Amino acid sequence: MHDHAIELVEVSKRFPGAADDAVAGLSLAVERGSIVALIGPSGCGKTTTLRMVNRLIEPTHGQILIDGDDVTTAPVTELRRGIGYVIQQVGLFPHHTIARNIAAVPRALGWDKAATRERVAELAELVGIDAVMLDRYPDELSGGQQQRVGVARALAADPPVLLMDEPFGAVDPIVRGRLQDELLGLQARVQKTIMLVTHDIDEAIRLADKVALLNVGGVVEQYAAPDELLRAPASEFVAEFVGGDRAMKRLGLARVADLAFTQGPVAPAGATIEEARAAMDAHRAQWVGRTGDGIFEGWVPGVDLDSGRSFAELDVQLPAAQVRRDSTLRDAMEVIMTSDTSVAVVSDEGRFAGVVTLEQIRAGLTQHDGDAGGV
Amino acid sequence: MPPVPAQASNPIIRWEYLVDEWDQVQEALVQHLGLTVVSVLGGLVVSIGLAALVLRFRAAGAPVTAITSFLYTIPSVALFGVLEPVAPSSTVAAAIALITYTLLILVSAIVAGFRAVPEAVRDAADGIGLSPTRRVLGVELPLALPYIVTGLRVATVTTVGLVTVAAIIGQGGFGRLILNGLRREFYTPMTIGAAGSILLALLLDALLFGVGRLLTPWQRRHRRRTAPSPRPLRLPATGVPIPLEPTR
Repeated sequence: MHDHAIELVEVSKRFPGAADDAVAGLSLAVERGSIVALIGPSGCGKTTTLRMVNRLIEPTHGQILIDGDDVTTAPVTELRRGIGYVIQQVGLFPHHTIARNIAAVPRALGWDKAATRERVAELAELVGIDAVMLDRYPDELSGGQQQRVGVARALAADPPVLLMDEPFGAVDPIVRGRLQDELLGLQARVQKTIMLVTHDIDEAIRLADKVALLNVGGVVEQYAAPDELLRAPASEFVAEFVGGDRAMKRLGLARVADLAFTQGPVAPAGATIEEARAAMDAHRAQWVGRTGDGIFEGWVPGVDLDSGRSFAELDVQLPAAQVRRDSTLRDAMEVIMTSDTSVAVVSDEGRFAGVVTLEQIRAGLTQHDGDAGGV
Repeated sequence: MPPVPAQASNPIIRWEYLVDEWDQVQEALVQHLGLTVVSVLGGLVVSIGLAALVLRFRAAGAPVTAITSFLYTIPSVALFGVLEPVAPSSTVAAAIALITYTLLILVSAIVAGFRAVPEAVRDAADGIGLSPTRRVLGVELPLALPYIVTGLRVATVTTVGLVTVAAIIGQGGFGRLILNGLRREFYTPMTIGAAGSILLALLLDALLFGVGRLLTPWQRRHRRRTAPSPRPLRLPATGVPIPLEPTR
């Protein structure tokens, strides 16, 4: 079994009558089970590249391999039935019901009726299409629902490889965000190799394991994991393309768990006043957090430590602003910015795990700058 | 048939005629219907070939349009007259002429229908691995049907009307009744011929409309979103829209 589900070797395409190559000598390997986003300015050949994989466009030079096999060895219809294909305009067949649309490839492959029906039901459930919609026509569905059906149709014959051309480009931003999340959830279950074209750098960063940033003429400027692209742009072009807010974008990628977060100015309810004060002073804080049975109870103002009561008896003044270990640093920062104590409490399935400060987030990004592999 | 006295009253219709001359009326109907069906079906066959040519080779578009438009402009009386002596029979002459007049409408309709298939649908059909035959017959043809049915309706109604003119070469169905009445200055056969032709046109139009609806169930459902309305059919020579919406 090859490691690379899709491999492009020195692929070029020049359209008839064109002066220059639309894609020039492009080599790209896509690891099995990963999502690769092709992105770049218009004219960079990203869609051309995608369409060469299922031979909707034939390359002028070069070779494309799927699972190590040259795509030109099998008849083209057979090749395409083994590759899921999702496009921006969805392209559902308006004269077929949703069920029949999803069943398009199984029918072409000659599956028997019962197996097809079963598969359709399974896919509808997988992509979140209600069973009552199966008898409707595409025009009766919203844009987001149509795109889900488009994904279901692509997955129908369980192809190992999925090609997606701006799959969420035609829906509004809210639906787009939801569909992106759904795709990631789906991918966690089906583990396909996905090649996706987008013009939206945020979408690429959010969805892809690796991003191929192309320049005009199908030249790969950088092919790297999203964090590396943001942290260490390979060229001026890349830096400009990903935008001036690279640090902010990286916040959306990294997780709280990646940080070296600390216990912070926090003491258990059983601590003495002195121990609580020591915890607070160690962090030069004005507040000290209190945990009871491993659960964070809240913040106690430092001045209250002099009231003469025991630490356990003091009133908790501020509720905790909490994040989870798998929250993004962007979420953590949002919490910190709106919290009076300027820290976010990390909870691990309800139990206190530590605190995160702005300083730690900043340090985290800087520290990862030195890593080779990224966050 | 007893000669009608010139002085006798000559109402728009004399109902006894329908009973007395029923055989003639029936014969006219059969001939009218037969000529229409043969001509429209023949026209459809020829038009499918021409439309395929236009869709396959863009360069064929202009000459095909020019020729079918030119044929459409030939006065029907002249065409029937010219074809009669050269055709093996007057029926064949009539059918050839009538087929000629359907070409412009049917070719335009078929071409418009296939061109109206959304590019994304075609792309998806190819992309998921449908064979070209399956794509054309299973996807493009059904989606082109509303246009084709509209074209057939226009062509049929036009043909039913034109059949009457074929009376000058001894064909013509209801046209013969009309001609007969004209020659004898007798209104009844003229009225029956004209009414028969009109009714036949309306009937066939309704029939095609119904068939079109049966064939395109997806167009009947309530639409959640407004689909882009198909472009009206245009006569290419003049740019005049054919005044019918594609059949829904």
